[in-house]
Amino acid sequence: MSATADVRLERVTKHFEDVVAVDDLSLEIPSGSFFAMLGPSGCGKTTTLRMIGGFEQPSEGRIFLGESDVTGLPPYRRAVNTVFQSYALFPHLSLFENVAFGLRRKGVKGDEVKKRTREMLELVGLGGFEKRRPRQLSGGQQQRVALARALVNRPRVLLLDEPLGALDLKLRRQMQLELKRIQNELKITFVHVTHDQEEAMSMADQIAIMNGGRIEQLGGPADLYEKPATAFVAGFLGASNLLDGEVCGADAVRIADGTVLRVAAGALAGRTGGSVAVGVRPEKLRLDASGVNVLRGTVTETSYVGVSTQYIVETPAADLVVYVQNAAPGAGTLAPGSAVSLSFDPEVAFVVDHV
Amino acid sequence: MGFLHRHRWLTPYGLLAAGLGWLAVFFVVPMYYLAATSLKSGDIDFGYAFTWAWGNYAHALGRYQEQLLRSLEYAGIATLAAFLISYPLAYWIAFRGGRWKNVLLLLVIAPFFVTYLIRTLAWQTILADDGPVAGFLRTIGVLGADGRLLATSFAVVAGITYNFLPFMALPLYASLEQVDKRLVEAAEDLYASRPVAFFKVTFPLSLPGVFAGTMLTFIPAAGDFINAQLLGTPQQAMIGNVIQSRFLVLNDYPEASALSLVLMLAIVGIVVVYARALGTERLGT
Ligand SMILES: Nc1ncnc2c1ncn2[C@@H]1O[C@H](COP(=O)(O)OP(=O)(O)O)[C@@H](O)[C@H]1O
Ligand SMILES: [Mg+2]
Repeated sequence: MSATADVRLERVTKHFEDVVAVDDLSLEIPSGSFFAMLGPSGCGKTTTLRMIGGFEQPSEGRIFLGESDVTGLPPYRRAVNTVFQSYALFPHLSLFENVAFGLRRKGVKGDEVKKRTREMLELVGLGGFEKRRPRQLSGGQQQRVALARALVNRPRVLLLDEPLGALDLKLRRQMQLELKRIQNELKITFVHVTHDQEEAMSMADQIAIMNGGRIEQLGGPADLYEKPATAFVAGFLGASNLLDGEVCGADAVRIADGTVLRVAAGALAGRTGGSVAVGVRPEKLRLDASGVNVLRGTVTETSYVGVSTQYIVETPAADLVVYVQNAAPGAGTLAPGSAVSLSFDPEVAFVVDHV
Repeated sequence: MGFLHRHRWLTPYGLLAAGLGWLAVFFVVPMYYLAATSLKSGDIDFGYAFTWAWGNYAHALGRYQEQLLRSLEYAGIATLAAFLISYPLAYWIAFRGGRWKNVLLLLVIAPFFVTYLIRTLAWQTILADDGPVAGFLRTIGVLGADGRLLATSFAVVAGITYNFLPFMALPLYASLEQVDKRLVEAAEDLYASRPVAFFKVTFPLSLPGVFAGTMLTFIPAAGDFINAQLLGTPQQAMIGNVIQSRFLVLNDYPEASALSLVLMLAIVGIVVVYARALGTERLGT
């Protein structure tokens, strides 16, 4: 990943009357990356994207595209293009004219417009549809037109606001792969807003998890999943077990039932006391006593879901969710009521502040 | 099971029946009598008889060509003026009206609470030689010392414009209101400045309203006679004035009928050409 940032937000705040939509947010998006902004509805993703696009102006702070400060510039003077959630295709224009719109506004010559528009329609798999009107297309096709219409301008940054939100699951998976392929091919920086964690994880190089107008944590998908910094991130990205406790050493936490759990050196990030929670992902708990940290409990629920079997195990400290992969056929499942040991090693645990 | 339930295919026709009946009684039948009357000859004292008197048309056209052309001209100018006034008005209400939209629309149609005739008479006062507008225009030298506003073409066109303005403004509003504001954002995202976004996106999408508004203004304006009568002189007479006096004052029914049909055909012709022009405009880029 290159060191230069294509988009830089410096302490950006946006108020709508008394609502704080984006709260003192700073962010750098590396050039050529596929960057996702992930968070629950209302956390300020769209507002952030609209400020980068120029549709909203920040109440405070500055926005840079590359080296230039674009704060205050209207959208038509920014080298970014947007794929709108509603697609916003022009109903009175043909596909060709929809895609050619930006090129014509920039004064690109007729032959060149034709060539680039055709190429782009080809790239998104809509060659030969030039004369159609948007309303004659399916949702997935309209989505591709919206993408082509933005990309044909070779923007410095492409902004996508939940572009796949209106598509059904199968089409969405297909378009995710396609978006990824196109981004690889064109090497344009993509800023992709979504509330679908799986979508963000599977597509993005970097993810900013947003909450309440702020970035809760920023990192690669694996980082965020393995080492969530807050309980919010741990809960938002996949399932996790949180065991409340007190720090009782450089790498130890005493949980509610008195058990002392070992965590990796550095996981406590310098904490020497106080309330924390030790987190373990369900698939990282083993149903035996072979690990460093061992908990005992009773199975209360069992559900077989094919690829894995999911258990809920009641322990004195908390109810824990455990996923056991069904690697061998006929491995058998534990019946509710069975007494079990659960264990995990320090390296797979993470520590967050007590909520 | 009722009859209509068993014969559900009848429902659409049933729903159409009232409209078709209306059209038959108030349009087809009168048109038939109008056409028949236009081909009669004779006079009011001894009665008119149907004689295929095509001469009525030649005579009417020859004698009242001037008024006919003037009607189309006045109606055209008034329609254009109403359009130029209404478009920004409708645009502003649709895009900036916010929660005042309904109040503002009510204000647009407020003049309709007063009778057409009274409103037009009020314009006599407004445009009178000793009225405020003429006085002001004389002061700033636009109007000569003995210049008039009342009894001029200007007064008639202004009256028509004023009276038909809501017919222009409402359809324009209705179509502008439906323009998806996100499309304007999309245009700006694609390097269109505000004015370019307007001409490339908002305006083309409002064309149905432009068409409806201009039709609703032009058609009644071309047949109007109140404005010319109250605000003009015989020099400003429109075809409506001629038809009105032929019918009701001179009782020359055949020629009045012939003129009515000529006016109607002229309007239909203009509308067809206009619709074609606007239609191709919408298909182009
Ligand atoms: N134009 C607006 N006027 C008032 N409040 C707004 C406006 N746009 C967004 N908000 C508010 O700002 C917050 C963030 O919204 P948004 O950026 O759309 O969130 P997200 O895209 O993450 O769902 C929400 O509380 C929303 O209600
Ligand atoms: Mg949103």
